[in-house]
Amino acid sequence: MTETASADVPYAIELMGISKAFGPVQANKDISLQVSKGTIHGIVGENGAGKSTLMSILYGFYKADAGDIYINGQLTHIPDSQAAIRAGIGMVHQHFKLVENFTVVENVILGAEDGAMLKPSVAKARKLLKQLAEEYQLHVDPDSVIEELSVGHAQRVEILKQLYREADILILDEPTGVLTPSEANHFFRILDGLKAEGKTIVLITHKLREIMRVTDTVSVMRRGEMTDTVPTASTSPEELAEMMVGRKVLLRVDKQPAKSGKVVVDVRNLTVRDDQKVERLKDVSLSVRAGEILGIAGVAGNGQSELLKVLGGMIPATSGTIEMNGAAIDLTGKRSDGQSRRARGISHVPEDRQREGLIMPFMAWENMAFGYHNDPAYQLNRLLMDNNALKRITADKMQSYDVRPPDPMLAAKNFSGGNQQKLVVAREIERNPDLLLVGQPTRGVDIGAIEFIHKQIIALRDQGKAILLVSVELDEIFGLSDRIAVMFDGRIMGERLPDETDERELGLLMAGVSEEKGAA
Amino acid sequence: MSEAARNRLTKGLTDLAFLILAAAIVYFALRWMTAGVEAMIDPVTPGRGESWPLWAQIAQLVYLVLASVLTIGVLSVLVFFRVPNMRDAILVPATSIALAIIVTALVIMAIGESPLQATQVMVRGAVGSGYGWGYTLFYATNFIFTGLAVAVAFHAKMFNIGGEGQAAIGGLGVAIVCLSVPWPHWSLALLAATLGAAAFGAAWAAIPAYLQAKRGSHIVITTIMFNFIASALLVYLLVNVFRVPGSMAPETARFAEPTHLPSAYDIAPWLGFRRSTPLNVSFLVAIAACVGVWLLIWKSRLGYEIRAFGHSQTGAVYAGIHPVRIIMLAMLISGGLSGMMALNAVMGEAERLVLDPVQGAGFVGIAVALMGRSHPVGVFLAALLFGMLYQGGAELEFEMPAISREMLLVIQALVILFTGALDNMVREPIERLFLRLRKGA
Repeated sequence: MTETASADVPYAIELMGISKAFGPVQANKDISLQVSKGTIHGIVGENGAGKSTLMSILYGFYKADAGDIYINGQLTHIPDSQAAIRAGIGMVHQHFKLVENFTVVENVILGAEDGAMLKPSVAKARKLLKQLAEEYQLHVDPDSVIEELSVGHAQRVEILKQLYREADILILDEPTGVLTPSEANHFFRILDGLKAEGKTIVLITHKLREIMRVTDTVSVMRRGEMTDTVPTASTSPEELAEMMVGRKVLLRVDKQPAKSGKVVVDVRNLTVRDDQKVERLKDVSLSVRAGEILGIAGVAGNGQSELLKVLGGMIPATSGTIEMNGAAIDLTGKRSDGQSRRARGISHVPEDRQREGLIMPFMAWENMAFGYHNDPAYQLNRLLMDNNALKRITADKMQSYDVRPPDPMLAAKNFSGGNQQKLVVAREIERNPDLLLVGQPTRGVDIGAIEFIHKQIIALRDQGKAILLVSVELDEIFGLSDRIAVMFDGRIMGERLPDETDERELGLLMAGVSEEKGAA
Repeated sequence: MSEAARNRLTKGLTDLAFLILAAAIVYFALRWMTAGVEAMIDPVTPGRGESWPLWAQIAQLVYLVLASVLTIGVLSVLVFFRVPNMRDAILVPATSIALAIIVTALVIMAIGESPLQATQVMVRGAVGSGYGWGYTLFYATNFIFTGLAVAVAFHAKMFNIGGEGQAAIGGLGVAIVCLSVPWPHWSLALLAATLGAAAFGAAWAAIPAYLQAKRGSHIVITTIMFNFIASALLVYLLVNVFRVPGSMAPETARFAEPTHLPSAYDIAPWLGFRRSTPLNVSFLVAIAACVGVWLLIWKSRLGYEIRAFGHSQTGAVYAGIHPVRIIMLAMLISGGLSGMMALNAVMGEAERLVLDPVQGAGFVGIAVALMGRSHPVGVFLAALLFGMLYQGGAELEFEMPAISREMLLVIQALVILFTGALDNMVREPIERLFLRLRKGA
């Protein structure tokens, strides 16, 4: 940390005693934070620790119940995001807020047009964009349409948008979630460049490696409180994790070598076209054996979701075959739905637990039957479900999977991300499947729950079940998989053993650089 | 009985006792206040051709506001300390209704009438006599069926606004069943007519449902269009097919005597119903339908699938629930319930099929379902309220000639506006207020 705390150079951001409650939940408790000008400050914390709330207060989405905000030493009142922009604060959200069918330059001026006519603003923006691109290595074609850009480029547009609004303070919320390792590296170089130009950056992330790589100082939040702020150079990922959770955490997954058996699922030449006739899966072949975990690595949107959905019976396949325990399963028609898949011993922890895996307004016990609601054990008679039995079963499962609070009558939306995921994992693993499909098992899940969920998956493997894991987190892929397949643009780019490869090699495969080209 | 069940029962009974206590407090306070304001304005009540002094009108308005504040206040205390989960079910609709009454009072003042007297005429007309109850419950029967219909579709996130057409076609089913078979007894006829009404209503809903499920044609557009088609179809059939030869009226022949449903007077004359009351046994069918819908939505597997689909379509696909099947079944049930409304209107009251047997009940069903939060108990209570509004309105028109038919529509529209469309306007401030109070406590 640079010693700019002296009286003459004010902090870029100074928060004093910020508190915010949502009903009975105290999201932020008396938080004070100082960020020096021209530094990158990281904020880490488990889900629901209050990071996003704090940044939303700074950006004017929420009004704090108590506390003051000083920007560059000035007491600043930020009732809405317009005021935040005037104060020189810009925010890049985890999910981009760009108009997909507008061009880059149109997106940049959106909301900051100078007058009723677009032409002068566009001309001005074009000139400024060129200048900014050179200054910060933020090269994007101003006339390309957003939906044609890669995620990495779309993110640059978001940053350009903030710079166009003359933001001196940039808040970045989980910015690397959708980037390949190399895109992320480029992104960090951009951040270094911005810092060198005197911009102040607040980086919210749960990836401790990124914190170590790029930040100057880091704050840890836990249960709405800011527990500690330390110079990054004087800490370690292990220490940060411990501060986040409040106890020692195993960052590495502890597992024995796999004892793999016969092939459980065998996918041959699988091709999937979506409604727009775009090929999402191209001639994919893979197999998973009993007692092993096959990890699928790749940047989001390269066909992994479709692979899981075909196997889970959510979308039909166009061509190819899938054999489950030696017998083919239907890929189109009535017998290709989720119910039929479950009947064949396939359980599915879907990628998006909030939209797919759970019905958020349903209570925990209702969700425990989700997908298995035709199970005879859950029926009272031919017409009615046995809701009382379900509540009892749910209470037991919540106990053994440590879901907190263990209340079957609570709606799914009222659980934290980690506990929601435990509900899904409990439901799917307890069916004792032959094949478990797992998509992004720890996305938006706190570190404590990650440890627990990983243990459950390993335990299922050790019972001799086949597991297909899809994750965009390379650490997770490395930690859990017995074999790794990399997907790019709907194809399997290659298969590796975790001990015989490294992040660099996988990163290249994820970016679509095949072996031959990579060697050249 | 388990510990938890016993605790729930004790809590339920105490809550009920508190509810009765609160109702008693409100009732006596309102009586006392009403007597006071009546004594105050009695000397200045104008005769024919004269008008109210402004201060008397304002006094009445103040009275209505105070009465509302009192009722809402007692309810709030009750909800805050005893039954917090009833906030959305009781307090919010009560506040909406109070607001509607106050705005209505302003409208009535503007045309120079007495809001207090108008309110009294409406309440007395609707629930003040066996005669009034006969009509109120008759209208409520219609609204229960159409309200349940909209509610079931809502659970699948389908907005069925074709209740009007489905009920009219349901009436066709009733007429065909009643006219084509010489029924020996009304109970058999009622059973068959129920099936006929439900089948015809469901069939009319099936086409928009299929178009939505398979082709993605928006159900709101198709169902509303089907209302017009149903209406035109009915005109054609009544004029060209079902009209009694030689008759000028576009209606079917009167149903035979054995198909006539027993009226409330036939069943329970000691309750003070008149011989002419239109209320009939289909009211009991409506209550049975409430129970049936409750079992369907909250206890059955199909209801589970319908609700899951309504909350998340992608989630439903994940669970192996077929969207086409759910859309079709939910809309068929919805259409069937709409159609069953004809039991009351066609078989129970008119005893023949006339032009426009539905009389807007299909649309009222939307407001009823909204206000009843798509729950059968809520639908029942909301239907009762709208029944009172219809019957009280008819009395009002009769007793206060200055208040015209159009004026009544305005009053009904205000209630629908406040309870249905402006729901969030009331709900959100109340939620915020409660949060703040809880924090303070």
